[in-house]
Amino acid sequence: MRHILSILVENEAGALSRISGLFSARGYNIESLTVAPTEDPTMSRMTIVTTGSDDVVEQITKQLNKLVEVVKVVDLTEGNHIERELMLVKVRASGKDREEMKRLADIFRGRILDVTDKSYTIELTGTGHKLDAFLQSIEPGVILETVRTGASGIGRGERVLRV
Amino acid sequence: MQLTGAEITIRCLQEEGVEYVFGYPGGAVLNIYDELFKQDKVKHVLVRHEQGAVHAADGYSRSSTKTGVALVTSGPGVTNAVTGIATAYMDSIPLVIITGQVPTHAIGQDAFQECDTVGITRPCVKHNFLVKDVRDLALTIKKAFYLAATGRPGPVLVDIPKDVTQATTEFTYPKTVSLRSYNPVTKGHAGQIKKAVQLLLDAKRPMVYAGGGVVLNNAAPQLTRLVRLLGFPCTNTLMGLGAFPGTDPQFTGMLGMHGTYESNMAMQHCDVLIAVGARFDDRVIGNPEHFFRSDRKIIHIDIDPSSISKRVKVDVPIVGYVGDVLDEMVKIIESSPQRPDPAALKAWWADIKEWQRKDCLRYDAKSSLIKPQFVIEKLYEITKGDAFITSDVGQHQMWAAQYYKFDKPRRWINSGGLGTMGFGLPAAMGVQLVNPGATVACVTGEASIQMCIQELSTCKQYHLPIKLVNLNNRYMGMVRQWQEFFYGNRYAESYMDALPDFVKLAEAYGHVGVKVEKPGDVEGALREAFKLKDRLVFLDVITDQTENVFPMVPGGKGLTEMILAEEL
Repeated sequence: MRHILSILVENEAGALSRISGLFSARGYNIESLTVAPTEDPTMSRMTIVTTGSDDVVEQITKQLNKLVEVVKVVDLTEGNHIERELMLVKVRASGKDREEMKRLADIFRGRILDVTDKSYTIELTGTGHKLDAFLQSIEPGVILETVRTGASGIGRGERVLRV
Repeated sequence: MQLTGAEITIRCLQEEGVEYVFGYPGGAVLNIYDELFKQDKVKHVLVRHEQGAVHAADGYSRSSTKTGVALVTSGPGVTNAVTGIATAYMDSIPLVIITGQVPTHAIGQDAFQECDTVGITRPCVKHNFLVKDVRDLALTIKKAFYLAATGRPGPVLVDIPKDVTQATTEFTYPKTVSLRSYNPVTKGHAGQIKKAVQLLLDAKRPMVYAGGGVVLNNAAPQLTRLVRLLGFPCTNTLMGLGAFPGTDPQFTGMLGMHGTYESNMAMQHCDVLIAVGARFDDRVIGNPEHFFRSDRKIIHIDIDPSSISKRVKVDVPIVGYVGDVLDEMVKIIESSPQRPDPAALKAWWADIKEWQRKDCLRYDAKSSLIKPQFVIEKLYEITKGDAFITSDVGQHQMWAAQYYKFDKPRRWINSGGLGTMGFGLPAAMGVQLVNPGATVACVTGEASIQMCIQELSTCKQYHLPIKLVNLNNRYMGMVRQWQEFFYGNRYAESYMDALPDFVKLAEAYGHVGVKVEKPGDVEGALREAFKLKDRLVFLDVITDQTENVFPMVPGGKGLTEMILAEEL
């Protein structure tokens, strides 16, 4: 099962390696990991996408909570939530493909951020599935480069994660 | 008043009431050592290897209720200390380790004696800090002591670059400290406690399984009260020995890989199991799948939520300090009219008595060779069961655990989790220092003792009259036992060849050495050794090479799939 863990963590040197070290030391999976400071600069928020049985994810949550720098851990997948990932993709865009690529970007609500006479750089936001779908809908040979942020997530409705 | 970082470090230790620091100087900690020199409140114990410093601080802590402190230099000082730190971490021992670091401007430059201390120790500490600004130093040390001793205890490391020990700032030592990200749950959930008590009162075949958490939380009196109140059988883990009195008729002996037949059978066949400060590790319950072939309800009290339902799913988890939870339980039971069904309990005890008739710890007492079990029994007799016993790791450790009956907690000092050979002697130094005048014996083997034997020199310097009982079978006994059982008697590299003359070695260090070769001489030699109150005595006891530890649950097997002595 895929789980999205949201973690509030002290914005201190070494906190990231403590968390990533925990995953590698105990053999847990990390599908993606994103981190940045919150509105309170002393605290960072991390989103980790992991896979594992319920027992494993329960252990991951407990082990994360045990780390001294971890303030709070929430499994977003336990409730309704929103998940977004940002991707920048540089594609070949010349000749007849150029118009087609523009159309495809529009369909996926992508934005073209940079243009040369041979390429487009497209920004896409969505769930991981949507970004995958975009990549699958274009020919692999056309893709010059991709970079993805990994998922960020937040609970729906009144559900908030804060101290 | 403006103080240097080095002065602040020592002042903090004084404020924490630290009596002894175990350490070894070096370039990066010279300023701190200079400040140590200028005062006499905090005493320094100079070890001969940094591993010994941490083990000594560890023994100091295990045999008291205090936090142990070690001080080592950067680079190799730290890497040598890592074994000690990991040992303490696995057994949840509160330590503060202060390490020197190269100056902040040199960090990352591959400077002389530089290593990434915080990185190297991260997986084996409860927490660690690198102090880059002298203004953070006092608060960081305060946090370190607070973190080490609260919640599930553990070692905390503070890495201090040399320039930080030179820099100055105003010194105030905070009275209290709180961390928003660190709030261990210490009070057990009232509803869960009630539920647990009801299960205990309704139990027909109950079993109490207590571990090191009881010792660490100083909860032995509460455990004893509960077990006696209910009349239940009680077993202790290797780490829990002494948590429930070893001579109590309700005590069924240690459980696990080398536990008693009756304890392991009762663990398997009980209908309600209460685990107190224990963690169901692989050496304790064997194969978890086999364990669950029998149906039972499990109550688990532990300070660490991540220890609950990790290897074994439990029915009633209770997170909190075990002592407080046990107190609550006793209160509820005392005010309840219900008592466990006496007929069921009687039948259950009859089962246990039947298992006890196997006499699983019997050994050939008539042998013409010295049986290691016999030595431990004599050690128990002669010290009247009231000594502090440290051990190394291997067969001798198991025999000491099986045959020395610990009536009090914090008397049995061994490396249970990490299984660190070389632990016994330096740990005994810490034990003796914090318990001056007490009888301290280190049960060891000729392989283990050589891993930290340099500390005999430290013992001489500080006049530590430890009694070493070296069960010398010329083999890494436990390795040999596994090779005999599971590797077709192919004794690959387990023979200790070219052993030193331990008597001469002890004498060379300025101690008393005695070799014991006949069973008839064991008692006399032990008596003589313990009469020498102010001398360290090294008893080199030549034991039966072929003796094995029984019962034994082979790795990966179920708890009741024991090999007993008679079956071979």
